[in-house]
Amino acid sequence: MIKSEHLCKRYESLTAVDDVSFEVRPGEVLGFLGPNGAGKTTTMRMLAGFIAPTSGQASICGHDVEQDALAAKSCLGYLPEGAPAYGEMPVRRFLEFIADLRGLSGARRARLGYVIDRLQLEEVLGQTIDTLSKGFRRRVGLAQAIMHDPPVLLLDEPTDGLDPNQKHEVRTLINEMARDKIIVISTHILEEVDAVCTRVIIVARGRIVADDSPQGLAAQSRYHNAVSVRLERPEHLTAMRAAMAALPAVAEVEVSDRESRLTALPRRGSEILPAVSELAARRGFALKELHLESGRLDEVFRTITA
Amino acid sequence: MRNVAIIVRRELGSYFATPIAYIFIVIFLVLASWFTFYLGGFYERAQADLDPFFSFHPWLYLFLIPAISMRLWAEERKSGSIELLMTQPVTLWQAVAGKFIAAWIFAGIALALTFPLWITVNYLGSPDNGAILAAYVGSFLLAAGFLAVGSFMSALTRNQVVAFILGVVGCFVLLLAGYPMVIDAFHSWLPQTLVDAIASLSLLTHFDSIEKGVLDVRDLIYFAMLIAYFLIATAVVLDVRKAE
Ligand SMILES: Nc1ncnc2c1ncn2[C@@H]1O[C@H](COP(=O)(O)OP(=O)(O)OP(=O)(O)O)[C@@H](O)[C@H]1O
Ligand SMILES: [Mg+2]
Repeated sequence: MIKSEHLCKRYESLTAVDDVSFEVRPGEVLGFLGPNGAGKTTTMRMLAGFIAPTSGQASICGHDVEQDALAAKSCLGYLPEGAPAYGEMPVRRFLEFIADLRGLSGARRARLGYVIDRLQLEEVLGQTIDTLSKGFRRRVGLAQAIMHDPPVLLLDEPTDGLDPNQKHEVRTLINEMARDKIIVISTHILEEVDAVCTRVIIVARGRIVADDSPQGLAAQSRYHNAVSVRLERPEHLTAMRAAMAALPAVAEVEVSDRESRLTALPRRGSEILPAVSELAARRGFALKELHLESGRLDEVFRTITA
Repeated sequence: MRNVAIIVRRELGSYFATPIAYIFIVIFLVLASWFTFYLGGFYERAQADLDPFFSFHPWLYLFLIPAISMRLWAEERKSGSIELLMTQPVTLWQAVAGKFIAAWIFAGIALALTFPLWITVNYLGSPDNGAILAAYVGSFLLAAGFLAVGSFMSALTRNQVVAFILGVVGCFVLLLAGYPMVIDAFHSWLPQTLVDAIASLSLLTHFDSIEKGVLDVRDLIYFAMLIAYFLIATAVVLDVRKAE
């Protein structure tokens, strides 16, 4: 379990992390979101025992990150922001170094081969890390983090710089590991939240401003249960728009001209899908597309962190 | 202990992964020979010993040792790899010791490669090999003292050039404190006990006595304390500033 109690980090005049408390349990994949400079990396660094909090405590698997640092670090796989590594080392030597520090000997040494295989690093094993592309560098960082099969993973922007195939690979990997581990990832890619996270914490200016499931967050969106339609015949657009806006449960109708799409936003708590589809049928407007939205995370993110 | 060994191995591998290590060794050997044969008048003295060789070591090390030590922590901090290292199950102590020992071994390799000089004096005459061995030990300890100072300076900054300059200045001060000219300058206005105290803090005083072929326990204790002091200071600085 990860436990963070009233963590604070102050730099001179700036409070980078301000009274952050949360707990994460096995099986949870926590997405740590927030605008640039919100304090995500700073929080992760404190959890990883790299910087000391100004006040507050944190523990990993019951080990206090300051008092019992070595035990906490042993339970933890950590990918620092930017995936720093020893640039002059060849990938294989670097991973062997990590395996040595993690005490992987005897049968457990097989893990090294598994990790190389899993992150598809064979082709770059002999290359020095400085000469790797950004994505490969990130994958070496991930390999390093999961080397000892830790029960807790802290990954700071794990998919930054990866190509779509590799993003998919890494998300599959996270999903596979998710069952019995605690995983915290920070990311700016909101689709990742839907793909891997079971829970989301949004921080802004060092404070937690939301802590919810992805579905719960989406439900806060203006677009939650909104209905968007595309018409067969563009000339019906104006009439359909007026008719939709006249429905009692509809709060507002938005038009996106580029795709001639109409989106009806419901009043709080109302269901408008049946009304809209019935309306189109009654007025004889043929629909190319009818779509119920669950909510837009980017919009919620903007509203919460503004 | 196991972790220290792992770190030492990685560090040494990194020294030899770039041409810098070889360049360093070549420069060291060329300068050491040049000092010995030209400045030291090795042949003119017509004595089978290595005094001219060892007496220049403090000045040779003054620039060469900070060149080794400058990257110790400055580079880790600059590249961010310190975050990776310090979040492995490794204590700050193991990291400080491991990196220091690796640098010391590297300096030792460079020093050991001067063995042809030793063979030469043995070929030319019959020197006091015990004294030569003591002088080698003294030189090796001197390198360690400089490296400990350099390690501390490297922990103070992310910039290797700054670390180098601080290293040279730090070592220079420690050397000068024992230089006769400086001691004399102090004599005029400081009580004798204080002057002696300053002189006894100097690397030069202790190196000179070992270089004469006498391995005194007091000199060994001096080096051990100097090294321990600066390594502790390194760890303290890193503990506070590693993330900056
Ligand atoms: N060593 C430091 N000294 C002073 N301020 C710092 C230091 N480290 C971080 N900060 C400040 O703390 C704040 C939080 O930074 P942090 O790196 O945690 O943000 P983040 O949420 O990870 O942002 P991003 O999404 O850009 O990675 C920022 O305003 C940053 O400038
Ligand atoms: Mg960050």
